[in-house]
Parts: sequence; structure tokens; C-alpha cells
Amino acid sequence: MLGPVDYAIWFAALFADVWCAFCIVKRKALSQNFTIFLFFAAASTIGVARYLLVETAGFDSNSYFYFYYYSDAVLTICLFIVLMSLYAEVFSELGVRKLVRAGALLLLGGTALISYYMVASSSERLVTKFAFQLSQNLYFVGVVLTYVLWGAMMKLRENRTRLMQLVLALGVYLSAFAGSYALRTMYPSSPVWRYLIALMDLWLPVAWAYTFNKVPADARMATARVVAPSR
Amino acid sequence: MIPALICVVSFLTMLQFFVSYSRSMIAESRCVQLSAEAREICGFTFSTAAGNQFRRLVKLISLCPQRREDNRQVRIVAAYFYFLGLVRVLLNWAMPSASSWIESERSGCAYLAAVVLDRRIAYTRMMMAQQSSH
Repeated sequence: MLGPVDYAIWFAALFADVWCAFCIVKRKALSQNFTIFLFFAAASTIGVARYLLVETAGFDSNSYFYFYYYSDAVLTICLFIVLMSLYAEVFSELGVRKLVRAGALLLLGGTALISYYMVASSSERLVTKFAFQLSQNLYFVGVVLTYVLWGAMMKLRENRTRLMQLVLALGVYLSAFAGSYALRTMYPSSPVWRYLIALMDLWLPVAWAYTFNKVPADARMATARVVAPSR
Repeated sequence: MIPALICVVSFLTMLQFFVSYSRSMIAESRCVQLSAEAREICGFTFSTAAGNQFRRLVKLISLCPQRREDNRQVRIVAAYFYFLGLVRVLLNWAMPSASSWIESERSGCAYLAAVVLDRRIAYTRMMMAQQSSH
């Protein structure tokens, strides 16, 4: 059963997703950030579908349980695609777009395979466990890849402020989710997750909406100012 | 064992990303010149700010009419400011040399708060001018 706080957080997250997609269109950044727009469009649609499912089948129903984990895995894959598009943007001048795409597919396939082998031995609820394991592993792979991307951006002295803030906000989001998934594995019955996960969902759309609204596409900043101690 | 390891690594990377994200916001605000009036109110010299002014500035910001887009920026940097306070307490005995770095970071937070305050004062002035013209 959901209470008013659950609904408030839920609608806030849904509104934030729609708002961020709207900001991308409003700031004429759709062509450059199409995958981000696609992610928020998917997140909004899944948010509405989850709400309808809770209203019809109930929060504790099996249908919602399955839908929640599978839609979460879909969103994680979408986020993975967003990360790859950020990679392609950072390395655009090196002309390695095809290489990035092939590497991403290989990594995605590898993660799915490893997730399957991790749950194959368990006979209980293999279907949901696979979705959960896949999300957890993809979040962690995402953290590592974002860390590598941030390292490459520093090495290449990337100075596009918008790109920097997009990558850093994504890093915070992925790390928070990877950590929370790991903690959920250790403490599955804690009531904290219900609110915490929903609140964490707010971070990415709010941070990215701020970036699209307040940071001009042509804004530049030396990476050293973010990394080295300021004077 | 593996979830615990993932948890620790994720927590550490989250801290690193959060610090860099906050620093990118502070660096952005450093490009903005404070008005002479704002410098006087805040008690700053041309480009430096004292970290211990941060709380007072946040209180002053809350007294001005709100500009919604500023709120988020102040909240994130406030979280960073309190995180630095915690780090200072934890590191004071182990690494006393880190305190000068922490102080420079806290002064960056105060500078951002001053920039937001400056913007809000200008916004309030504009609103008052609009009201008086009607």
C-alpha cells in the first residue's frame, strides 16, 4: 500500500523526467543529446505504466514486482546507451565512434551473460533475480566506465562545461544506485529502500535539467579548475 | 563479499564525482565578478572569501525573494560545505596539512553563495523598480 509520501516522491520523479526532456527540446539540444531525451522519454513512460499497474494490480502484486525489475533493467540499458553516447562525444575528434559502439555492445552482452551465470544456479525466481542482477551489474559497469570517461576527459583536457557536468552528475547517480543495489543485496528487507531509491531517482533529471537550462552549450571551463585545489 | 566490495567502491566513486561536480559549480561561479556592493555586504576582498561566512550568506539568501533556479545550486554546495566540515573534523588530527586546502574549498563555497546573494539582490531591486513604476 502506498502512502501520500510515496505518491509525492513518485510524481516529483515523473515530473522531473518530463521536465528534463522538455528542457532538452526547449534549449534546442535534441540532436546533440538524443539518447538523453530518449532515456527520459522511456523513464516517463515507464513511470506512468508503473503507476497504472499499482492502481490496477496493487503495489504488492506479482505483476508489479516483475514489471518493476524488468523496466528497471530496460532503463539501466538506456542509461548505458547514454553513457556510450557521451563516450562518442568525448572521443568524437578521434573518429572512434564505431569502435565505441562495438565495445559497448560487447560489454552489454558480456554483463548480461555474467549476470545469467550468477543466477543460473539459483532455482528460485530466476526471472526476477536475473533482472535484478543485470541492473546491479550494469550500474557497477556504468560506474567504472564513467570513472574511465572522466579520467579520459581530464587527460584530454576536455573543457566543455556542459559535458563535464553531464558526466559528473551521471557518475554520482550511477555510483549511488550501484551502492544501493549492493546494500539491498545485503539488507533486502530494510524499509529505507522504498523511499531512498525513489529520492535518488530525482537526482539525474534535476541535475541534467539544471545543466541544460543554466550552462550554455558553448561554455568552457578548464578541467584543472575542477580537479586541482583552487587558490 | 562481492556486494560489500561493490558498495565500498561505489561509495568512494560517488564521493569523488560529487566533489568534482560541486567544484565545477564553484569554478563556474568564480568567473562571475561580484558587485562592489555585494563585496561590502559580504565583507570580501576582490576575489577572496572567508569560508566561515558561508552560513551567514545562506541565511541572507533565504531572506531575499526566491529565484527557483538558484535554490538547487545553493543546496548542492551547502551539502559540499558540510561534507568539508566533516572531513576537516576527521582529518584534523591525521593530516593537519589538509586544513588549508579544506579552507580554500570552503571559501569557494562562500564565494558561490555571495554570487547567488548578489543575483538575488539585483532581482529584488528589479522587482521593486517594477512595482514602483506601476
